[in-house]
Amino acid sequence: MKITYPHMGLLTIALAGFFQDIGLEVVPPPPITKKTVNLGALHSPEFACLPLKINVGNFIEALETGADTIIMAGGTGPCRFGCYAQVQREILRDLGCRFEMIILEPPQGNWQGLFRQLKRLRGNCSPKMLALAGLNLWRKLKAMERLHKKSLKVRAREINKGDTTKAYNKGLGMLAEIKDPQAIPQVLRDGLGLLEEVPKDSNSQPLRIGLVGEIYTLLEPFANLRIEELLGDRGVEVECSAYISDWIIEHLVLNTLRLPAGLAVKKAAAPYLNCFVGGHGRETVGDTVRYARRGFDGVIHVLPFTCTPEIVAQSILPVVSRREGIPFLSVSLDEQSGEAGLITRLEAFLDLLAEKSKKNFQLSRKKSLFGKIGSNAGKWR
Amino acid sequence: MGIRVGIPRALLYYRYYPAWKTFFNALQAEVVLSPETNKEILDAGVRLAVEEACLPVKIYLGHLACLRDRGADLIFVPRVVAVEEKKYFCPKILGLPEIARCSVPGLPELLTVEVNMRKKARKVISCLKKAAAVFDCRPGTAEKAIRAASKAQKRYGLAMSRGGLTPADYLNGVQSAANNHRRLKVGVLGHAYNIYDLFLSMNIIGKLKDLGAEVITTEMLSFEAVRAGQECFSKESFWTFGHELLGAAGYFHKKGIIEGLVLVASFGCGPDSLICELVERYYRRRQEIPVLLITLDEHTGEAGVVTRLEAFVDMLQWRRQTL
Ligand code: SF4
Ligand code: SF4
Repeated sequence: MKITYPHMGLLTIALAGFFQDIGLEVVPPPPITKKTVNLGALHSPEFACLPLKINVGNFIEALETGADTIIMAGGTGPCRFGCYAQVQREILRDLGCRFEMIILEPPQGNWQGLFRQLKRLRGNCSPKMLALAGLNLWRKLKAMERLHKKSLKVRAREINKGDTTKAYNKGLGMLAEIKDPQAIPQVLRDGLGLLEEVPKDSNSQPLRIGLVGEIYTLLEPFANLRIEELLGDRGVEVECSAYISDWIIEHLVLNTLRLPAGLAVKKAAAPYLNCFVGGHGRETVGDTVRYARRGFDGVIHVLPFTCTPEIVAQSILPVVSRREGIPFLSVSLDEQSGEAGLITRLEAFLDLLAEKSKKNFQLSRKKSLFGKIGSNAGKWR
Repeated sequence: MGIRVGIPRALLYYRYYPAWKTFFNALQAEVVLSPETNKEILDAGVRLAVEEACLPVKIYLGHLACLRDRGADLIFVPRVVAVEEKKYFCPKILGLPEIARCSVPGLPELLTVEVNMRKKARKVISCLKKAAAVFDCRPGTAEKAIRAASKAQKRYGLAMSRGGLTPADYLNGVQSAANNHRRLKVGVLGHAYNIYDLFLSMNIIGKLKDLGAEVITTEMLSFEAVRAGQECFSKESFWTFGHELLGAAGYFHKKGIIEGLVLVASFGCGPDSLICELVERYYRRRQEIPVLLITLDEHTGEAGVVTRLEAFVDMLQWRRQTL
């Protein structure tokens, strides 16, 4: 059994280590490239959301490199994600791929199905080994997220473009290599140190932007066209509203134990959207409110084209924006989205924020692009 | 009569109108129904909605604007989360009251009843009672209204599952379906608000009938048939609509009761994009029953749809003669 799984930002790196720890042979999906996305889009339904297409691309490429078992998460609705694995399996089957798919469905009161699937994966690994591997995964993930948070702050202030990204990637690489979990804290300190050493302009007062939206596009840099870097390169400090470790705590731990989760976000969203609409719809609204209250200069909403929960949020955001006094820009992404178009929209948005807050940012071009904002951003004015 | 309650002729109207109308009438309210979808309604909806919204939601917003302009005192925009255990409606239907409020300026007050059968039935009833309280009736009227509504809804369901009527037939007062059993049998599957909205669907069903087909839809199947049909697919859909569509498609195929299948999806619809894909792949792989997928968007030309339907029916006729 050679297993593989879809890419999802930092989780991909941590998962490879986890599966190795429990003694499974892993074929990690090759890094996402334009080719992956095109391959996925070619074989997926035209109006499927972007994550499904990228997953399909990952699977095809991983199967080509020798994987034979795909691990995929299931879901119980109401958003499309719970339907992904079934559709993907049919697509791959019709392509003539030979593989098995292990779908981890949330239990919904019936634990047997999930246990049976997990057992197939576990093979002859002891519960202790499993717990250790889990702990290891968790600590690695947390460490990488610390690094990520720090990189967002540093990049906004770096003097030589690209230094932060280089340091950050180096740090991630060091964490990925770790075999002995005892080493994690030390390697993390080293990684943070690398970021510390990046020459910075300590007087700068960058624009601050919160990123909200659908979780896959928030977490997977390839899907969001590296929007964090694009903003950081222009001297903007970005904060990302979603981290996979928070998601794990909320969905895999608290929800399973039927404990309340995400109360602060729900409360912030309540005046605008006081019910669950699937996916991250409610969080998008709540996080926007919270960024506004924390005095951020703006919010960027990323979503895959036609993402249902995020379209609910997108319909509500203009009102949030007006009442809370925070400008927002919706960026919807599909396989045709290109960096050039995104940069144009981002710079126009930044221009507007700078005007409003009297802070500065660095345009990549001299000409101001004021007024060239896309239709979604136009609404809040 | 009393308060004028506006009901948009869109989205869940096609599923639940008989119940809604009975409910409000029992509460002494006057029901104002928006007109059939037309160009102005579509245009208004397209203007009001976010660009990426699906066509049916855009049309819904157009109907809301129309009711606003007709001076309804109150507009009924329910939040229908689920009508069965472990199933949902689509996220946009869950968030419909908020989408409505934030997209259409100047709306009168919205009556937003939450229907969520994932929770206890008692809760749903108390939500309905709360809605009824708005109408200031004598005590006991609310209970009566709820009972009457559920009866009306049952009658509606039976007229379709036993009488072979489509929702459009029933809602337009057609009493019995005149079926000619020598005609081609064609299944038409899609959201009720797509296939029964004459404007949006460009009357696909009527056109098929004119071309000599007998049309069969999900509503004409029993609950058990849908359940049996769903088993053709590996996972039961968590959308009520998806469950019905997969179930009907599976059942049609298993029993061989149709000669061709027309799938109707709308542009920008999340659930459609995956559910229709599953059905298409299932049918294509087995190569017994041809499938035609029609995706509706605001620019779909009627001529194109007619041509495709004609070609499809021709092909089915030809298959009938040669196979
Ligand atoms: S949240 Fe959006 S992008 Fe993700 S599966 Fe659901 S509809 Fe698709
Ligand atoms: S099911 Fe599809 S058409 Fe219906 S509201 Fe949801 S996205 Fe729109």
